Amino acid sequence: MSTKTLAAADEELRFYDLDEHAHPEGHSTMLGFWIYLMSDCLIFAILFACYAVLGGNYAAGPAPKDLFELPLVALNTAMLLISSITFGFAVLQMQQGKVRGTQIWLAVTALFGAAFLAIELYEFRHLIHIGATPQRSAFLSAFFTLVGTHGLHVTFGIVWLITLMVQLNKHGLIAANKRRVMCLSMFWHFLDVVWIGVFTIVYLMGMLQ
Amino acid sequence: MPKMLPRSTARFKLLAPLGLLPLLAGCNMVVLDPAGDVARQQGNLILISTALMLLIIVPVMILTVLFAWRYRAANKEATYKPDWDHSTQLELVIWAAPLLIIICLGALTWVATHLLDPYRPLARTAPGQAVTAEVRPVEVQVVALDWKWLFIYPEQGIATVNELALPAHRPVRFRISASSVMNSFYIPALAGQIYAMPGMETKLHGVFNNTGQYTGFSANYSGAGFSDMRFAVKSLSDADFAAWVAATKAGGGTLDRAVYLKLEKPSEKVAAQRFASVDPQLFDAVVNMCVEPGKMCMHDMMSIDAAGGAGVAGIGNVRSLTYDKFAARGTEPGYWGRRYVGALCSSPLIASGDRPDATPVDLAPLTGAGLKQTAFADRSAPPHS
Amino acid sequence: MTPHPAPETGPLLGKLSLDALPLHEPILVITFIAVAIGGLALVAAITKYRLWGYLWKEWFTTVDHKRIGIMYMILGLIMFLRGFSDAIMMRLQQAMAFGGSEGYLPAHHYDQVFTAHGVIMIFFVAMPFITGLMNYIVPLQIGARDVSFPFLNNFSFWMTTAGAVLCMISLFVGEFAQTGWLAYPPLSGIAYSPNVGVDYYIWSLQIAGVGTTLSGINLIVTMLKLRAPGMRLMKMPVFTWTSLCANILIVATFPVLTATLALLTLDRYAGTNFFTNDFGGSPMMYVNLIWIWGHPEVYILILPLFGVFSEVTSTFSGKRLFGYTSMVYATICITILSYLVWLHHFFTMGSGASVNSFFGITTMVISIPTGAKLFNWLFTMYRGRIRFELPMMWTVAFMLTFVVGGMTGVLLAVPPADFVLHNSLFLVAHFHNVIIGGVLFGLFAAINYWWPKAFGFKLDVFWGKISFWCWVVGFWLAFMPLYILGLMGVTRRMRVFDDPSLQIWFVVAGIGAAVIAVGIAAMLVQFAVSIWRRDQLRDETGDPWDGRTLEWATSSPPPDYNFAFTPVIHDLDAWHDMKRRGHGRPVTGFRDIHMPSNTGAGIILAGISLVMGFALVWHIWWLVAASFIALIGAAIVHTFNYKRDFDIPAATVAAVEDARTRQLAATGA
Repeated sequence: MSTKTLAAADEELRFYDLDEHAHPEGHSTMLGFWIYLMSDCLIFAILFACYAVLGGNYAAGPAPKDLFELPLVALNTAMLLISSITFGFAVLQMQQGKVRGTQIWLAVTALFGAAFLAIELYEFRHLIHIGATPQRSAFLSAFFTLVGTHGLHVTFGIVWLITLMVQLNKHGLIAANKRRVMCLSMFWHFLDVVWIGVFTIVYLMGMLQ
Repeated sequence: MPKMLPRSTARFKLLAPLGLLPLLAGCNMVVLDPAGDVARQQGNLILISTALMLLIIVPVMILTVLFAWRYRAANKEATYKPDWDHSTQLELVIWAAPLLIIICLGALTWVATHLLDPYRPLARTAPGQAVTAEVRPVEVQVVALDWKWLFIYPEQGIATVNELALPAHRPVRFRISASSVMNSFYIPALAGQIYAMPGMETKLHGVFNNTGQYTGFSANYSGAGFSDMRFAVKSLSDADFAAWVAATKAGGGTLDRAVYLKLEKPSEKVAAQRFASVDPQLFDAVVNMCVEPGKMCMHDMMSIDAAGGAGVAGIGNVRSLTYDKFAARGTEPGYWGRRYVGALCSSPLIASGDRPDATPVDLAPLTGAGLKQTAFADRSAPPHS
Repeated sequence: MTPHPAPETGPLLGKLSLDALPLHEPILVITFIAVAIGGLALVAAITKYRLWGYLWKEWFTTVDHKRIGIMYMILGLIMFLRGFSDAIMMRLQQAMAFGGSEGYLPAHHYDQVFTAHGVIMIFFVAMPFITGLMNYIVPLQIGARDVSFPFLNNFSFWMTTAGAVLCMISLFVGEFAQTGWLAYPPLSGIAYSPNVGVDYYIWSLQIAGVGTTLSGINLIVTMLKLRAPGMRLMKMPVFTWTSLCANILIVATFPVLTATLALLTLDRYAGTNFFTNDFGGSPMMYVNLIWIWGHPEVYILILPLFGVFSEVTSTFSGKRLFGYTSMVYATICITILSYLVWLHHFFTMGSGASVNSFFGITTMVISIPTGAKLFNWLFTMYRGRIRFELPMMWTVAFMLTFVVGGMTGVLLAVPPADFVLHNSLFLVAHFHNVIIGGVLFGLFAAINYWWPKAFGFKLDVFWGKISFWCWVVGFWLAFMPLYILGLMGVTRRMRVFDDPSLQIWFVVAGIGAAVIAVGIAAMLVQFAVSIWRRDQLRDETGDPWDGRTLEWATSSPPPDYNFAFTPVIHDLDAWHDMKRRGHGRPVTGFRDIHMPSNTGAGIILAGISLVMGFALVWHIWWLVAASFIALIGAAIVHTFNYKRDFDIPAATVAAVEDARTRQLAATGA
């Protein structure tokens, strides 16, 4: 080992950080979560690509304009968009340090999310009832998978919301909980963005054909 | 001990392939020495590309051995420059040398890929022997079945299983499809391979320059019977081919849809079989996946879909398959059964003869900047895309 | 041909019944007995020496990146032995099945063997090996104490292991896929593969895929956030750079695999029509999607090893790496280009000549940065003082082997040449040429290079050299005949052959495989002998090779916290710079060090996932539901644990560091 000091020109050269402060806990969580969201985004990208490729293969069955009811979907979209706004309110409350306010807005968000899911399930039930099942054509397979995967994400988002509300109850607005609220917020808005894609490409463009 | 290593590494590397050379003389490298003009051009391309790449591979290997030997730790006479880590000139060479090779190879690739596009009708049957306008290629329709090959000769009106006879020196045009899973149609002596896919049609053009016996096979794994999915290929003189056709016609047997549906059931190591006559629309029905009576053809389905589907009323037009063509694959109808879309109204299948055959291509423009792409007119799109 | 009728589905056991046990296959029964005896002996030994508690506390629940790295390597090694047995079985079958002989494997078994060989070697050998390597080395090289998300790291490892275990279960319960390693539909669809083989394939890859993706995210964040002060991106060691690119590729491609397999799953389980022939599905879309993942995957495997070769060449040439900047840009070029070449895996699908040429040429373009890398290694050796220790021997062998594989690869990228060589044994020889010559040789270089860091003693040179020569000779013997057979028009995945003139080549290839087997055995002996003679092979300095990067700055094995004080970086070869300019290792002023605590959550969650995967394979729906609920429940319970770290007291750090000071003094340094 060359621990011998070559105290030459660069005497001030430091090779060790002697006055180091530990990285604040969770300081890279947001970046990590972002990267996770991007990987999730790729899954949706594949599902969108499949829909783009297979979306016109009705197998001599029904096409979007035979199946979709735009007013219902518009209502559904409104639910999800409003839930994103209410999540924004929850984050504002959190930044003001108000636990109760945060929880209330999170609960409102969850309710809107649940309403979104309920309408989506109603739509699915209707389609399956008339025989437009995922098995009927490649178009329907791609439709149910894309929309269903989004719905599944919303479901997990709601489970997470409820969990987080309990955790806020238990520990209050500690740093870890604040970080979790921010991660969930990103997740929720991400689902919103994906839904805008779904609404445009699947529903609007489907009806315009 | 360490200083011996680089040399022995090098010596071994050079000797290993040499030791095998005597064996090579005895084997038949059909890919490099085929009987067909197309395959020969492809084989030559392998040799040219390899030579081009060896221009850089050989110096690299020699330098590796040389540097490993010269700069071994024991050799104190060699220059030692521990902090030398950059040289702009050298870096330029490092990037430019492979770049130049790839530019050459890229140009070669572009031209060769267009010239040897399997969809492109042949412009020559041998070097210097152009295909004239009046030469009509022999057409063979190929269907990969589980696990055998069906060949239909639409002009002659005959069909064979696991036996392919072709007249030498005449261009052959294959139209290729499959009944169940993906296979690859490959006769190494004739031309490169192309996938045989269900519900889709691919094309291949080739020509035999010799008469003789060759083999063809599936080059894409397709299940348990795959290994035995081989067939004899006979390249015959015109007279012999005519005799072979006549013999087949005299042999009797008809390949209609019912016979085909029996034939497509899985079987292995199938002996060659001949049919004196064949349903002229069978191949198109296979490509459109509507050999089964009452099943909607792909082209009908596609035109309905293009017009916006058959609406909610079309939902119920799904029937269960009345027989199980998968039985020998160990299949039983799964949760969802075997279903298909029923025929609504069927437009006539396009008979293969009606389709304009692409004209042979003049080689001249290919040497210039613009590559004429006549081949694309001949490319029928897969039904779903 | 195996007319296994799809069994009746019962409510309690789904499709599972006693028929699923392959009692009629003597090879499997004997293997099972051997595995059972070995497994029982292991369990008995662990119980006898009361090691369960130790294993659980110190290894299974550990969040230490070093231990997780070692566990990944052990997983890779075990699965390597399985994958290699498959290889031997194939070689034997192909050398035997001539002149009407059916060989010794029926199609049902043989088709599983080649599928399993591919799947295991890629997903459960190469991936764990490189993930383990990156896990161990990257935090040390960047001067970090652990990865960014230590718990996630443990979870990723156990998910990978759960996938591997599920894949292994298929050997004795049911069957594995008979589709080839990428399971192209329609063959892998429910209509043509009605039994559980493909389901085992799907679920083992999905479970392992979760681990791989999360581990990729984890390592990217680690490299971006936890670098020691002074280490700008362009001062990162090359291995870290190539790891960063490999992990970016992981995160950017594994979701594609996940989605593609999920769609195949829906086709098989829910009757959807993504890849079916009827109802508007498109099997060709699967082929495109799977290769959009599959081609970058190749670079995920090779890139980190390019980094290893850079480190090894520089260290053993006693010289700075030549052309660091161009090396980094070459890596980035390869990363980006690897997305633009996927179609070269199926030129024969009938795309237009222009499409084929485009993908052919992009493929060739990748060889430019790769070639530049090779030259950089070459000029690192130039005017160096090359010590031919084992890692350097593997590197030279790699350089001479890999160029041949690269050349045949570029050859296959010429579409008309591919038309005659696609799916042939030439192709098989090509990718073994790059994967063995590149990935495996690189791993062996890495293992020999970093073993002393991980365990504090070097590996035995004698057995290492035997292993080296057997591998190199065996490789050329095993795969040169395959190149030749490819040129003779022999296609891959064949079980029986007609032409007797081919047999001699298969026999030579079989002999090559046997020589490789000796090489593997020698390597295992090398490990055993080295552990046995560890006191003679001991390295007290922590820097046995005169290393240049930070991992050599700490003791071997490194303490839990890696570095008592985080190093400050001034030069690319940070440790070399510290040694040269006198770094003055601090011996006082230690502080508490904040570290993550161990947790059993990872192994529990992965265990539940394994149960769920098994239940899904066999359609045991109640168990699927139960394990799914348990999985979500366990994950939620885990989020209620807020106490995830602890402090190593300064006194403990001081004690460890004082011992280290005495150790260094004793070595006379």
